[in-house]
Amino acid sequence: MAISEEQVKHVAKLSKLSFSEKELHNFTEQLGEIIDMVELLEEVDTTGVSFMSNVTENLNVMREDVSEPGTDRDELFKNIPEAENGYIKVPAIMDNGEAGA
Amino acid sequence: MNFETVIGLEVHVELNTNSKIFSPTPAHFGAEPNSNTNIIDWSYPGVLPVMNERALEFGMKAALALNCQISQLTHFDRKNYFYPDNPKAYQISQFDEPIGHDGWIEIEVEGKKKKIRIERVHLEEDAGKNIHGSAGYSYVDLNRQGTPLIEIVSEADMRSPEEAYAYLEAVRSVIQFTGVSDVKMEEGSMRCDANISLRPYGQEAFGTKTELKNLNSLSFVKKGLAFEEKRQARVLLSGGVIDQETRRYDEATAETLLMRVKEGSSDYRYFPEPDIPKFEISNKWIEKIRASLPELPQERRQRYRDQLGLPEYDAMVLTLTKEMSDFFEATLENGADAKQASNWLMGEVSGYLNSEKMELGATKLTPNNLAGMIQLIADGTISSKIAKKVFKELIENGGDAKEVVEAKGLVQLSDPAQLLPLINEVLDQNQQSIDDFKNGKDRAVGFLVGQIMKATKGKANPGVLNQLLKVELEKR
Repeated sequence: MAISEEQVKHVAKLSKLSFSEKELHNFTEQLGEIIDMVELLEEVDTTGVSFMSNVTENLNVMREDVSEPGTDRDELFKNIPEAENGYIKVPAIMDNGEAGA
Repeated sequence: MNFETVIGLEVHVELNTNSKIFSPTPAHFGAEPNSNTNIIDWSYPGVLPVMNERALEFGMKAALALNCQISQLTHFDRKNYFYPDNPKAYQISQFDEPIGHDGWIEIEVEGKKKKIRIERVHLEEDAGKNIHGSAGYSYVDLNRQGTPLIEIVSEADMRSPEEAYAYLEAVRSVIQFTGVSDVKMEEGSMRCDANISLRPYGQEAFGTKTELKNLNSLSFVKKGLAFEEKRQARVLLSGGVIDQETRRYDEATAETLLMRVKEGSSDYRYFPEPDIPKFEISNKWIEKIRASLPELPQERRQRYRDQLGLPEYDAMVLTLTKEMSDFFEATLENGADAKQASNWLMGEVSGYLNSEKMELGATKLTPNNLAGMIQLIADGTISSKIAKKVFKELIENGGDAKEVVEAKGLVQLSDPAQLLPLINEVLDQNQQSIDDFKNGKDRAVGFLVGQIMKATKGKANPGVLNQLLKVELEKR
């Protein structure tokens, strides 16, 4: 197997997902097949090919540092479950965030 | 067993651009929650984030000021994590080609200088802010989402909480001088995470480290590290092992508390960011940014020592913040003597700012009125004792030093014609002190000076007074 049930469980946890035993089994099989397929690429000889971070040939695409007003909050809030006093209301967050970590 | 402490710091600094790093929404604070965000910050399908040129240049500027090499080929990566402070479920950051690498900064602790190496400086976006409610909910404001950040990662070169403190002070000062950020820890525009481990002296390999978070001021960094240093030593000495974990500093108890077991870097599943094309940074561009760097604290320190003749300590303290250093220079431009200006700024001014918890700019003191006051001391108009009263008036209410002195009748008494009658009056009342003086008790003079000072409400010119008193005593 290209991936174990333990690994799938771990990735699911990182994505805040939980699976039933049956789902876990199915996903492990499916993900394993996907990984096997992608691993075909390993057969390509990439000796001497340099690291490519982006498929476009574009370089140094930048904008000037000019600010514009944000999108209307009411519009944005149509896509959130609940709001209160202009804030997005979410179930209590127990630990601190990862950004800036 | 004795342990050696090993500390490395990760410092996040918010860049003060007009707009965010990848979207044009305003990057300022104080707006209504969730009003400074757009569909790029929220990562709606089909949006295209575009690099803010100033953010990239500010990143280069900071990296150069920290003596880094600039990566001439650099790109961005996605760091994946699920958390409500970031609706994208990933942070655009830099993983293996940071904008700057292999830098260093010099620190000084107890007179000993040391170079702390900087592993890397990379650009990334900040996340939103969570407010934790009590009824099982948290509240998210995404205005900060997308604000440009640089993360400055040191090598594990520090060996004590004091060195960590000195490093942060030095980094803050350098970044502040470059002008790319206001680097205020209390306001979150500079943040620090600290990694700390212990190892027996002589051992090369590092011990297991813990990461400290929630260090919201320089002194919390020092206190948190000092606590953690002791905690780890206690665990190790009792035969325990240190778990690699993230701990939170608790301000109330000055302890560190377990937050969570740390995720490994591979859990972030970094991959190259497909939306942001790569950057090729020419030598010409680097030199243009380098040329735009202002005089940095290190250079100012040297100038203060070599050209102004200030002691090393003065030069160091004056350049800790750009505000203080600029104020000092402006005071000199207003005619003050360098050492006098330095003494006042390091002494009375700093003391006042500390006790009032104020910043220099928020007071009424100006380089002009401070220089004016120093001039009045130099020409003998006021004594340095009286100057403290004048100083208090100037820093609290402002105004011109000379006018304050005249309005409050604080001019020093230097005229012998005015002083002599007062001196003799005191002498007439203190025959005992005169006898003591004749019998070789010098302390008697001090007593007499005190009495005369009292009679003049502290306004007698001490130099003139001492001279006149000596002559009058000899006459008796």
